[in-house]
Amino acid sequence: MEDTIAAISTSLGIGAISIIRVSGPESIDIVNKVFKGKNLKEVESHTINYGHIINNDLVVDEVLVSIMKAPKTFTKEDIVEINCHGGIATTQKVLELLLNNGCRLAEAGEFTKRAFLNGRIDLVEAEGIMDLIEAKTEKSRQLAINQVAGKVSNLIRNLRNEIIEILANIEVNIDYPEYEDIEVLTTEKIIPKINIIEEKIKKIIKESENGKLIKNGINTAIIGKPNVGKSSILNRLLNEEKAIVTNIAGTTRDIVEGQINIDGIILNVIDTAGIRKTEDIVEKIGVEKSINLINQADLVLYVLNNNEEFDQTDKEIIEKLKSKNHIIIINKNDLVSVLDKNKISSDNIISINTINEESIDILKNKIKEMFNLEQLETEDFTYLTNARSISILNKCLESIEQVKQAIDQNLPVDIIEIDIKEIWNLLGEIIGETYQEELIDQLFSQFCLGK
Amino acid sequence: MDYEIIVVGGGHAGCEAALAASRMHHRTLLITSNIKNIADMPCNPSIGGSAKGIVVREIDALGGEMGINADKSLIQIKMLNYKKGSAVQALRAQADKITYPKEMLNTLINQENLTILEAMVEDLIVEDNQCKGVVLENGKKIISQAVILTTGTYLKADIMVGDTRKREGPHGEKPSLHLSDNLRKLGFKIIRLKTGTPQRIDKKTVDFSKMQLELGDPTYHTFSFDYPPKYKIEEQVPCHLIYTNSKTHQIIKDNLNKASMYGGLTDITSVGPRYCPSIEDKIVRFADKERHQLFLEPESLYYDDLYLQGFSTSMPYDVQEQMVHSLSGLENAKILKYAYAIEYDAIMPTQLKQSLETKIIGNLFTAGQINGTSGYEEAAGQGLIAGINASLKLEGKEPLILKRNEAYIGVLIDDLVTKGIRDPYRLLTSRAEYRLLLRHDNADLRLREYGYQVGLIDEKRYQKFKEKQEKIKELQQLLKSNKITPTNQTLAYLEEIKTPLIKDGISLYDFLKRPEITIEHIKNFIDIPYSEDIIDQVIIQNKYEGYINKEIKEANKMIALEEKKIPSDIDYDKVNNLASEARQKLKEIRPTSIGQAIRISGVNPADISILSIYLKKEYANERK
Repeated sequence: MEDTIAAISTSLGIGAISIIRVSGPESIDIVNKVFKGKNLKEVESHTINYGHIINNDLVVDEVLVSIMKAPKTFTKEDIVEINCHGGIATTQKVLELLLNNGCRLAEAGEFTKRAFLNGRIDLVEAEGIMDLIEAKTEKSRQLAINQVAGKVSNLIRNLRNEIIEILANIEVNIDYPEYEDIEVLTTEKIIPKINIIEEKIKKIIKESENGKLIKNGINTAIIGKPNVGKSSILNRLLNEEKAIVTNIAGTTRDIVEGQINIDGIILNVIDTAGIRKTEDIVEKIGVEKSINLINQADLVLYVLNNNEEFDQTDKEIIEKLKSKNHIIIINKNDLVSVLDKNKISSDNIISINTINEESIDILKNKIKEMFNLEQLETEDFTYLTNARSISILNKCLESIEQVKQAIDQNLPVDIIEIDIKEIWNLLGEIIGETYQEELIDQLFSQFCLGK
Repeated sequence: MDYEIIVVGGGHAGCEAALAASRMHHRTLLITSNIKNIADMPCNPSIGGSAKGIVVREIDALGGEMGINADKSLIQIKMLNYKKGSAVQALRAQADKITYPKEMLNTLINQENLTILEAMVEDLIVEDNQCKGVVLENGKKIISQAVILTTGTYLKADIMVGDTRKREGPHGEKPSLHLSDNLRKLGFKIIRLKTGTPQRIDKKTVDFSKMQLELGDPTYHTFSFDYPPKYKIEEQVPCHLIYTNSKTHQIIKDNLNKASMYGGLTDITSVGPRYCPSIEDKIVRFADKERHQLFLEPESLYYDDLYLQGFSTSMPYDVQEQMVHSLSGLENAKILKYAYAIEYDAIMPTQLKQSLETKIIGNLFTAGQINGTSGYEEAAGQGLIAGINASLKLEGKEPLILKRNEAYIGVLIDDLVTKGIRDPYRLLTSRAEYRLLLRHDNADLRLREYGYQVGLIDEKRYQKFKEKQEKIKELQQLLKSNKITPTNQTLAYLEEIKTPLIKDGISLYDFLKRPEITIEHIKNFIDIPYSEDIIDQVIIQNKYEGYINKEIKEANKMIALEEKKIPSDIDYDKVNNLASEARQKLKEIRPTSIGQAIRISGVNPADISILSIYLKKEYANERK
């Protein structure tokens, strides 16, 4: 059975609408998993359906979904096309979501290849694409390898080395159970090793996401209660850097409303209109809607007034920020301090005012520090920008979760190993190395065995 | 008298091949250079081990002899990895080196359709690339319809000790001098391999008080699925564990250049097994290791030799004396046989089809060490498959090809014919992708049906197996159809055994999936009138269901690719755009399916895409 593939099939310019095409036996199932609207499994073939793409109940984008069931489709497989409206970053997110739910990122020319293999296009056309596929796959493979060359691919290679040492140790315990001299790798010994690997993978994901943010801009929400100084901060950022607030043309339902350029880093400020018009976001739209804004953002600037009491609303919202990149800005530090800082549970607190010109630098530096920008600029940091690699890393984290569960359930080490091996194979996919023989070589070079 | 199938060689591969062919009603001739060496165990006195023990179970499930014969001759047995998961458990037995060959010879002699001949084969009769029989050393020709070569290490064998090299096989036997050259003339690529065996020590001269005792299991085990154990637990013979020490290491370092492999002999081109290094290799490669583990294993109840596992070497005799005497407990030990290295010819196994028939000569099959493997079990598994497939070929039937998700034997043969070898091949559990499916306990469930279909499993054994299958289903059904509900009594019990309480009814089957729940807890709710092996099987399938399903899903992907066949007449030069390394590998190995092609190293996904498209195109052309 073929797997189900997905890719963005419109060019990644600044178009109003991007289309993600999904093809394969599970395409309707997978899209249905992330779609809120009609049950796509039950709709007629060749229909267009309105709804939302959701991630853990949170709306990612408002979309139109075309369902085309086999065989009357381009590839002769079930095809789903998703019309996304939320701009490039959002489309990427939708694609990532599909990849995390079981799709594989299509290779160059793969839809066409399937169309041919399934007899949809004829030989003359096929001859034409032969060279194309050869050229493109080779090139894209090279490209993929080049892309991750350098620091990140070394990181992944090192990770794989750490994992293969664990694997070889487990294997040797299995294949040579009578060798008492060889360390027996028990689950207690695996846990700390796996934790280290998990931390490292998380770090790569985070840094890669940061890298991606640099490229695409950081979706930033500035929120806070009335009169805490949100628009003053925004204006300070704008004036100081002479950045321009523009509307991105053509987006029908823009969440990103303005861009601020700080030393080459782009902040896509979400809902600037809201900030400017009403000055009282939280009051007007309520906590629930603020949370919605938070969810769409890569960075949340939560503004507090130094001259006011810290209240329940603040507490609730800051609670929601825990898993997000966020900065708590205590504004108006030139006024008398009424706010009790001890009540704020966050490590990212800065204190500024908008009177003093230098004060805003504290904010800018904080943002830079947060996204590791210094490092990215100075060390020519190569990050995993493509959705495929990041979705593979996310799968690694899932497997790590499985490993931990299996350990919790006291499952034997060879069962636990199944998921560890999966992590090793997944990491190999990123850098294009997956070969069973490696493990066997390791086994013999790492341990002393024999008759 | 003419024969349908000739088997050349009476080792573990040859015995299985000859028995399979004759049991499948083909007139079979087994030719051995010395009847005394039939089913000989020239190296370690054990059968089984990790992965290998599972192969023995597979042989038994298919109707081969090794498991039954090992059960008749074992003097100690244990379940390896008992504390680990059921996927990696495997039996290892110390087999008596007198009893094992004796019992096997008995079986061969009493087998209908089977004749044994003592002679040396030096050539094949080949007409139109079809093998039609063999030529003996004295020039005599014997005609047959198929030939199976299981020559072991006897092709141009050289025994090496220190700076001496002698052209002889194990036990000083005469090797075959011309067969490998004649194979080369037929077009086979011949490679030279090497292995070794350690010293044998006189039991009477050993001080066992200084050694750690290694006992057999206190529970009964058998390799065979059909017959009860033939040994007594309390009569098992122990092994002993000892270690090398700094003195041993110094002796080896001081004499390193005297070892055949370290300069003693300068004409060595053969490749030794990575998993089986000599003691000098271990000391050179793992210089920081202070000691190495050695086992003293009894070879037989009928003589005094102890096998010194882990001490294989090609040092000269005098150095071997010093080395052995440096070991604790062996200070005054008498060496009955010195360790030696052996070099021999083998054929590159990529020249074989999955059926073990050679690609260039029809009706010629090879099995065992001639194919570059090492180990009695690997040999026997191949011998069985070669015997079955030679027979099926004569019957005009499709060969039996075990997939990688069906048997370790399948993994072994696929590895050999797809990847080829660099050093003698040993099976390891790590070579199997789907080892949770390839368990010791379910070898019969995986393979007995095949054994029955080819005619190696008789009606009686088959019925017994069908009953077992039925009972497993019954018990699963019983557990699935019985529910527990949150009554006060049940809740109180759940609390007592410290498992989370239930809100709704739950089947006993799902309840059993909880890690802390055992069959004893289930027995609290219903009677389980089934034997232990049935219960174990149901428990394994229940507890590991998620993981098993994961592997089945992966295996199905592989099978789908295996079903995309590549026609045998494909001309890879006509496939445009293949990378040159891929083209060369594909031409050499000639995979039968896309699935096999993917496993060839050097063939990349892009090449597979191109090949798939080419096949589709050619197929379309043929249809027109």
